[in-house]
Amino acid sequence: MSNDNAKLTLGPVLFNWQAETWRDFYFRIADEADVDVVYVGEAVCSKRAPFHAPYVADVVERLMDGGKEVVLSTLALIMSSREMEELRATAEGADGMLVEANDVAACALLAGKPHVVGPFVNVYNEGTLRYFAERGATRVCLPVELRRDAIHAMAGTKAADIEVFAFGRLPLAISARCYHARHHGLHKDSCQFVCDKDPDGLELDTLDNEAFLTVNGVQTMSYTYQTLAAELAEMRDMGVTHFRLSPHTCDMVAVAKVFRDVLNGKTDVEGADDALAGLVGDAPFSNGYYHGAKGVEFVTE
Amino acid sequence: MTHKLELVCPAGTPASLHAAVDNGADAVYLGFRDETNARNFPGLNFNRKELEDGLAYAHARDCQVFLAINTFPEAGNPSPWHKAVDDAAALGVDCVILADIGLCHYAAEKHPDLRRHLSVQASASNPDSINFYVDAFDIRRVVLPRVLSVQEIAALNKQIAVETEVFVFGGLCVMAEGRCQLSSYATGESPNMNGVCSPAAHVRYVDEGDRMVSRLGDFTINAFAQNEPAGYPTLCKGRFVTEGKTEYLFEEPTSLNAAAMLPELAEAGVTALKIEGRQRGKAYVAQVVSAFRRAVDAVAEGKASPALNLENITEGQAKTSGAYDKSWR
Repeated sequence: MSNDNAKLTLGPVLFNWQAETWRDFYFRIADEADVDVVYVGEAVCSKRAPFHAPYVADVVERLMDGGKEVVLSTLALIMSSREMEELRATAEGADGMLVEANDVAACALLAGKPHVVGPFVNVYNEGTLRYFAERGATRVCLPVELRRDAIHAMAGTKAADIEVFAFGRLPLAISARCYHARHHGLHKDSCQFVCDKDPDGLELDTLDNEAFLTVNGVQTMSYTYQTLAAELAEMRDMGVTHFRLSPHTCDMVAVAKVFRDVLNGKTDVEGADDALAGLVGDAPFSNGYYHGAKGVEFVTE
Repeated sequence: MTHKLELVCPAGTPASLHAAVDNGADAVYLGFRDETNARNFPGLNFNRKELEDGLAYAHARDCQVFLAINTFPEAGNPSPWHKAVDDAAALGVDCVILADIGLCHYAAEKHPDLRRHLSVQASASNPDSINFYVDAFDIRRVVLPRVLSVQEIAALNKQIAVETEVFVFGGLCVMAEGRCQLSSYATGESPNMNGVCSPAAHVRYVDEGDRMVSRLGDFTINAFAQNEPAGYPTLCKGRFVTEGKTEYLFEEPTSLNAAAMLPELAEAGVTALKIEGRQRGKAYVAQVVSAFRRAVDAVAEGKASPALNLENITEGQAKTSGAYDKSWR
């Protein structure tokens, strides 16, 4: 089924950006980016959230003034009572905004009212999708490793809106251990927030000096940028309703424009990939998961 | 001491099941020979007839049998997972170990009397998440992620009304289980979907003369001098380079051994101890199970945990208490 109203979303900033940089990024998105939905909130490490806290209200207001739907994103791996309290506070203070659950604890907390289930909750099949949809999930952003057939099957249920991670370094793993701290010889509890040194992640190479992964605090990501520009039309025909662009330091307003132009038929796939390559820089693209291949691969059909 | 800890042991094959039962396992856990469980390796696991025989052998010796159906069913193809749950109920296993919420729902609706445990693959690491599974699906025991310290486990047990089981020996996941796609990024096959991590079919050892290189998919995971034993290239146990520094960034090639912490784990309110290693042979299983049987019995009598003499089989010849000791982070 065709879906002419596919929406572009901007996922939460997954990196530890300086608070003012973070605020100014969202201000520019609010004023200039052609995206429909913007996720705001810390999903990776609860230690970072206090830095952004003073700016969240201003950011949300500016985004709403810019005509964006704002969703409050929450932590992927909840391990302490303090983190759980912060989640409760977010849910209670949402003031009509949707909240994105990234841990099953958040799904439980949000059950019974409309909410989004994020890519860090394992929704791999129709059974789980329907379970959450019946309990209030209106949109589910699928896990990144699902391939085309699985996405098709999920979208075909019409149980909830389906969002797919369409641009950015892939979030691949989350841990209790902080690898940024470990790399710098620090303990997680006294990490000095060293992950702020790498606003697109810390490159990790193999012993043969091949770029492989990136480290983002407790999160491990791909070195490649996944881009599903070429797959947008097919996914839209399957019934995928939302496409997520994950923030990086490259010009995200321009990235959003490329994806919008593809959706509107104003640019072809080659033009889109060329434009994105110019924006991203050195890192290669990947789209292997969608095509049932290794996630790292870039498949052209 | 508070209570006697239950010993849950791996059975990758019928021979390992016999070894575990004969050496004092209170329960064995195993999987069907397909993608429905997280140790979907060639030559491992049970067909229906082998499970039936294993159940008879274990039950005759007062040992329980747990069936792991702990991968995430593939969208568009739920049948193998549903059939596994149905067959588990029909054959009379003592519990199924599940991770997927849709499958928990299916099992609870279709087989309410079939006891359900929550797999470590569900990554339930806080009381709200655990209580959700308990309330929604009548989960009776939770296998805790290997990311919690003993203090955190003790605090958790005070906030949940369900049994907990913790890993004490064997392989150590450093990422939150069930939330790791590193393997599929490099190989196309993942723990969640295929029941494998860093699968052998994608592993190559390349002899380069001065060094032996271990590769996973197209990536070098480690390299060894000729006199160094070449370890298996599990992705997160590899040696990598960040900012010019070569290191085991995620984790050294160590394995978990929490034997010395059994008294603390009992004090923390843990019900059962789990030994990892369904991919291991019967000799390994026999040695580890009998060692932990002695340790559990000693601790239950208020004695110190005895020396286990397992150094000869510990991966990489090094062991760690992992996250149980909070300095690990």
